[in-house]
Amino acid sequence: MAELAYWEAIRRAHDEELANDPMVLAMGEDIGVVGGTYKATSGLYQKYGDKRIIDTPISENSFTGIGIGASMAGLRPIIEIMSINFALLALDTLVNAAAKIRYMSGGRVSCPIVMRTPGGTAHQLAAQHSARLARVFMSTSGLRVVTPRGAMEACGMLKSAVRCNDPVIFIEHERMYNLREQVPDTEYFRPLEGAEIVRKGTDITLIGYNWSFLLCMKAADMLERDGISAEVVDLRSLKPLDRETIRRSVEKTHRVLVAEEDEAAVGVGSEIISVIIEDCFFALDSQPVRIHAADVPVPYAANLEHAAIPDEHDVYQGALKALGRI
Amino acid sequence: MKAADQKRLLREMIFFRRFEERCFEAYMEHKIGGFLHLYSGQEAVATGVLETVRRGEDYVITGYRDHVHAIKSGAPAREVMAELYGKETGSSRGRGGSMHIFDPTVHFMGGYALVGQPFPLAAGLALACKYRGTDHIAVCFLGDGANNQGTFHETMNMAALWHLPVLFVCENNQYAIGTRIDRSTAVTDQYKRVCSYNMASSQHDGQDLDAVLAAAGKAVEHVRSGKGPYFIEFLTYRQRGHSMSDKTAAYRSKEEEAEWAKRDPIKLYGAKLIKAGVLTDADLKAIEHDVLNEIENDVVKFAEDSPAPKVEDLNKYVLDDRPDPRWIGPLQNS
Repeated sequence: MAELAYWEAIRRAHDEELANDPMVLAMGEDIGVVGGTYKATSGLYQKYGDKRIIDTPISENSFTGIGIGASMAGLRPIIEIMSINFALLALDTLVNAAAKIRYMSGGRVSCPIVMRTPGGTAHQLAAQHSARLARVFMSTSGLRVVTPRGAMEACGMLKSAVRCNDPVIFIEHERMYNLREQVPDTEYFRPLEGAEIVRKGTDITLIGYNWSFLLCMKAADMLERDGISAEVVDLRSLKPLDRETIRRSVEKTHRVLVAEEDEAAVGVGSEIISVIIEDCFFALDSQPVRIHAADVPVPYAANLEHAAIPDEHDVYQGALKALGRI
Repeated sequence: MKAADQKRLLREMIFFRRFEERCFEAYMEHKIGGFLHLYSGQEAVATGVLETVRRGEDYVITGYRDHVHAIKSGAPAREVMAELYGKETGSSRGRGGSMHIFDPTVHFMGGYALVGQPFPLAAGLALACKYRGTDHIAVCFLGDGANNQGTFHETMNMAALWHLPVLFVCENNQYAIGTRIDRSTAVTDQYKRVCSYNMASSQHDGQDLDAVLAAAGKAVEHVRSGKGPYFIEFLTYRQRGHSMSDKTAAYRSKEEEAEWAKRDPIKLYGAKLIKAGVLTDADLKAIEHDVLNEIENDVVKFAEDSPAPKVEDLNKYVLDDRPDPRWIGPLQNS
């Protein structure tokens, strides 16, 4: 085992997959000579050359489209979009093309691309660099959407995403790139589907994904000090969603909280709670609780930004509410 | 060119025209639904350009006016018609319809309904050709209207920057739906618009099949020989509306339509072959009769007789139907 930062895990997955399959290539803004804004492809340009590590112009929609076109002819591009805000510029090729080509060709053409991008608030990046947007991709048929919670998952899931034949939206988080975790030295894969019960508990289920999962884990520690046993579920895959694992956990704990860093409307939390109401309504002992961002563009000022975005204390308070303690 | 090839090309264009006009009839009979964009009047462009490429090796991609490009690329006409009928035997198994014909077996990589979207997809197909070290190329057909999308400029820049083997074919039919080109576009000569990317380009008559063949042959050779992308513009005219819903009288005159009708590509080429002694009037009549017969008794009959997709297959083809569990899961929770 070695301890890797999240960005190093992403880099390792690139390196292993580039070495494994000559059809794998990476493309994006500043990923080559510079090595990536978050270092996720550092050194790979020097190792694999400009044929396989392609620095692109600032043309998100069309370089994503070029990756999609190349994938239709058998290549396996890993496309980095520097911020999920910029992925909005590529929605045409991602949502109108990549997500639909398999279906509208009657299964005859596939688009095995991975689109990696960091989504989330970091430190005072303000409204146009703090989008989360997982819900946009989660609502699109024909895409897979995964949200690795740490270095272990990031490396194993990226390798699986490269080998999978579907378009995969791989959502990282700017505040997670330097988080460190033990990772096996030998090659391993983590599956793209399935929610995971990472911490077992009996009194309440806390559900999150990438950053909000980490908030749930911290809140579970706080609840433990109050003598409350929280079960924590990492969704891992927002699409397809693992309804079965969510149901089993809620049927065990009878109380549930869903945490997301995004705004609430038409979001991940709304979807998860709808699923819970459809699948296990009668298992609930109290109304489900949603923890989410304020319904505002993300502000610049540190105090306002802090107020707009949920933290572990918000999750803790929400859990107490679900438990009828406040 | 050999007389046999000239006759074959004339027959192909007559076939394409009849195919499209038969689609019009089937649409009026409610056999075909959705949007339907017909190619009548522009046949010389797809016929001429695709005559000069390598079938099944070079990639072809286009917009929503795609039936003829698919068939000339090698997609069976009966499967294209079955697709328009929404049948399981269709080229996209009834999931795509008129605007989304696909046949990857002949490298026809689809028709797309987002104007300008095929530009980057074509460049990506070309990237794959170059990446694999082949001399195959990608050919992208789009109309003049598409050149006002951002994807046009983004893709022209990258295609030129990376010397991608892609031929952009601009079918300038003068109208973006109902907006005439000089009302939407500052520079109406489309081939000039790629000069800022140092891309080779030229403009030609799109109604004269021989002119298309000659110009396309040179452009394809340019791209295939590794000289980088090429943008070729053909001046042409669609005889029908943009789709089935627009009334051409609202935006263009009868006189203009009549002028272009004189330059109908099939009439021009037929007359040329008769004048050259390659073809007689009787031969032409025989071809027309033969085409009518084939379309009715093979193409349309196949579409009519084919089964609709099964409703229980609704969810097929959204994702890979046979994924490898090593990458997909399921994850085992203890």
